[in-house]
Amino acid sequence: MHVPDGFLDAPTSVATAVVAVGGVAAALRGARRELDDRTAPMAGLVAAFVFAAQMMNFPVGGGTSGHLLGGALAAVLVGPSTAILCLTVVLLVQGLLMADGGITALGTNITLMGLIGVLVGWLVFRGVLAVLPKRVSSVPVAAAVGAFVSVPVAALAFSVLFAIGGTAPVSATAVATAMVGWHLVIGTGEALITLLVVGSVVAVRPDLVYGARGLMTGHELEIRSGATA
Amino acid sequence: MTATPETVRRRVGRRGLLLAGLVLTLLLAGVASFYASSHPDGLEFVAEKTGFSATEKDSAATDSPFADYQTAGIHDRRLGKGLAGVVGVGVVLLVGGGLFWALRRRPAAAPGAGPGPHRDPGSD
Repeated sequence: MHVPDGFLDAPTSVATAVVAVGGVAAALRGARRELDDRTAPMAGLVAAFVFAAQMMNFPVGGGTSGHLLGGALAAVLVGPSTAILCLTVVLLVQGLLMADGGITALGTNITLMGLIGVLVGWLVFRGVLAVLPKRVSSVPVAAAVGAFVSVPVAALAFSVLFAIGGTAPVSATAVATAMVGWHLVIGTGEALITLLVVGSVVAVRPDLVYGARGLMTGHELEIRSGATA
Repeated sequence: MTATPETVRRRVGRRGLLLAGLVLTLLLAGVASFYASSHPDGLEFVAEKTGFSATEKDSAATDSPFADYQTAGIHDRRLGKGLAGVVGVGVVLLVGGGLFWALRRRPAAAPGAGPGPHRDPGSD
């Protein structure tokens, strides 16, 4: 869903850049609470994995393909603020080094995939987790649902931006319908990959999964010296 | 006496998990990505079908040596894509990892945590 230069007009691109800067600034503050010596290397790996996974376009029929956006995946593994920074670094490297996604569209892409993808994925994850059994094994399922929902919502958000600032005289309704329709299919792939990856990490080290905090049973908790003042 | 219950429960070490994730990431970006679908993605497809794909402008980064996930000067497209993928992974690791390491909570600076002399971050 990397928006190239030219799809959206200058005012819309400036507006999304302002939103992106504000969101990333808030994430820089929030990530300080999520990252420590144990999780910081993990967060770097999650960003690199999202970059690699975004190269893996999978066919979704009709001559179209999709790839992981990774917002929900990253948020569940390393926390929502850190996930916004992961996606931002990925989108910067893609835009500046790989010419994937426009330069004037960087703010748009960070807003759509970094902010909306992560936050929708995280909020849906939290909502689904609240109604599932309080077990670590619920985490991958809730993550998959968050991943599924985040993709069409990001597609809808692009459609809204296109309705406001699209440079071509094309029906905004037609764009929104096609975008959401295709991204419901792509969202299914997003859900499967997220289920697989979060499920694998949760299976071996649930203590390193941000979204599994507070769900571990007694014997899985580590007693860390120096934790009490 | 072989493994105690504690060592059994140690499961996968944190470093082992990071290493496995790194190997998977490099294989995806460096090898498997060449075999990914080359169909247009959802947005490109919708832009073509609904008629706004012509408004796309070339990015100012098209002169980058790794533009479009290829490597300038490498004519073998599989090698060129693999190299671009590995370089991209490396840059994301450096920038992201550096940022996250700089932002992390340090035990001694955490409010009310004291000096925490027993903390051994490298042990797991």
